Amino acid sequence: MHGNPTIVARDPLLKVENLVVEYPIGARTVHAVSDVSLEIARGETLGLVGESGCGKSTLGRAVLQLRRAKSGRVLFDGADLTALQGDALRKMRHRVQLIFQDPIASLNPRRRIGDIIAEPLVIAGVKDAKKRRELVCETLSAVGLDPALVVGRLPHEFSGGQCQRICIARALVLNPEFIICDEPVSALDVSIRAQILNLLEEMKQRFALTLLFIAHDLAVVKAVSDRVAVMYLGRLCEVGPSAQLFDKPAHPYTALLIEAIPVPDPDVRPAESVAVGEPPSPMAPPSGCRFRTRCPRADAKCAAEVPELRPVASGQYVACHHPLI
Amino acid sequence: MSGPALLTIEDVVVELPTPRGNLRAVDHVDLSLGAGRTLGIVGESGCGKTMLSRAILQLLPKKAKLSGRVIFDGQDLVRLNAEALRRLRARGIAVVFQDPMTSLNPVLTIGTQLVETLQEHLELDAAAARRRSAELLAAVGIPAPEQRLSQYPHQLSGGMRQRVAIAIALSCEPKLLIADEPTTALDVTIQAQILDLLAREQRRRHMAMILITHDLGVVAGRADEVAVMYAGRVVERAPTPALFKNMHMPYTAALLAAIPKIEAAPHTPLAAIPGRPPDQTRPLKGCSFAPRCRNVGDQCLRSKPALTTAETEGHCYACFHPLKISAGVSA
Repeated sequence: MHGNPTIVARDPLLKVENLVVEYPIGARTVHAVSDVSLEIARGETLGLVGESGCGKSTLGRAVLQLRRAKSGRVLFDGADLTALQGDALRKMRHRVQLIFQDPIASLNPRRRIGDIIAEPLVIAGVKDAKKRRELVCETLSAVGLDPALVVGRLPHEFSGGQCQRICIARALVLNPEFIICDEPVSALDVSIRAQILNLLEEMKQRFALTLLFIAHDLAVVKAVSDRVAVMYLGRLCEVGPSAQLFDKPAHPYTALLIEAIPVPDPDVRPAESVAVGEPPSPMAPPSGCRFRTRCPRADAKCAAEVPELRPVASGQYVACHHPLI
Repeated sequence: MSGPALLTIEDVVVELPTPRGNLRAVDHVDLSLGAGRTLGIVGESGCGKTMLSRAILQLLPKKAKLSGRVIFDGQDLVRLNAEALRRLRARGIAVVFQDPMTSLNPVLTIGTQLVETLQEHLELDAAAARRRSAELLAAVGIPAPEQRLSQYPHQLSGGMRQRVAIAIALSCEPKLLIADEPTTALDVTIQAQILDLLAREQRRRHMAMILITHDLGVVAGRADEVAVMYAGRVVERAPTPALFKNMHMPYTAALLAAIPKIEAAPHTPLAAIPGRPPDQTRPLKGCSFAPRCRNVGDQCLRSKPALTTAETEGHCYACFHPLKISAGVSA
């Protein structure tokens, strides 16, 4: 395979190869995902970070084939999902589930919790109602909710944190192998966020899951990820083991993101305007390196050549002509 | 606190009628703020921080019941008439809201919205108001301000829209700026720029600021004093360095501990706070945090702890079993 064959995970469950996703807005094109390649090993959590509009959610959806790619392949357990249609695709989706950002909006307000969680089972063809009830109750208990108190009620009777538990239960009920979590805690309060993150970690162990964890908050991503991929305007900037990447970022954009996190310590003075300007439009991304318009290290080479992902340290890859390490 | 207070809030209670009964959104809050100072108000959704700011601005929902006193620059705002309040809201107190898309009018240009404010409150003529508008946009870091004046909010990014909202808030030189979660809707790199901008303009204008946020990280480097709210009450208040060095209220400490730390190793379990905030239409007899608190004792369930002064000046907390209090000093 051409592209970035170097980023090899041991025993990959998911392989994304040279994925390109674009969508038209009027006569113009949004370059949402441009030539992205990555792998996720079985049992691994890969964190995907970036600011709004960087294409991280589109990438997640393209993996599930909710948004079809313009080119590139998505290999799940060896099968190319981009080539699947209809029934075959539906069958595959039993093994891959999605958790969304807004837990309240992603539950049908007029259906009872028991029915919401049983729905994936109905679609998967579990005909025995008693069996479905059993599985629903089992899963609700696993996410820390009391089935007896929950199944007959409607979503509006629950808080945001509880609704996210319900969404997690719905994602788990088919016993999937892979879950894409798209900003699962950004809509939650700090005290509830920690509960849900701990729950996701616990569920990952218990159900032997592989996770793609999409978020904009670096500290949240670091807390749950084995490896982290940083995305900017549709391209990957840097991929690496999470502790290493946060300790010694190689891409100036990764460093910028880390520096911009507000530190809850009054002795740490916030750095004056670490960030330079705003991201350009994904409809007209800059030539060469897409980060160059905000980068303190940019020069003529950055405008002329697209930097390829290349290794800088053990397991760490950067797409930059002038990396920090 | 240095000098006389610019704003004093005394025993403010805000109640909102709901189908489930009266919701006490703000429960006997006292606060004060000196000219040019920054007060951070920290708390989770529903803790009453936004309702408190609305009470200061006298912008509460129509059915809300407010009692107590809000004294700004020597006047009790609760007793002011509509006209006096209108003057005051521009030149005395201005506000920046969380979502710049909904706080700006989508069918008016940026210029119209700025010029309107300036002409109304500063009685400038059209040409002078337009000139002043462009200066304001330049001051808040908007490139090509002249062209921006004829653009509509949807043509600007979220960060740029928040800069416009700040320009409008600053346009009449207020003495107090209330920033209600000004960066929550923005990306982290833009958040840093907007917080820097607010700090810079505040210093330059010697303006007082109330910075409302759910993020202790945002107030840490930027507020002189922090008030932590929980279930409508101020549960701890202190000068920022004292608060972070010596948290007395278990809720404040739990809130800080629950934030994922960038320096922690991956897969470190987070210190979650069990349970969730209480239903404020059914007030608890004791401390509102008691059902979630590690230090809970019998007394906490029976009666509400009053805001008590700690050994350090200006540090108050509402707890029967505070953390890190040296023996013999605790009340």
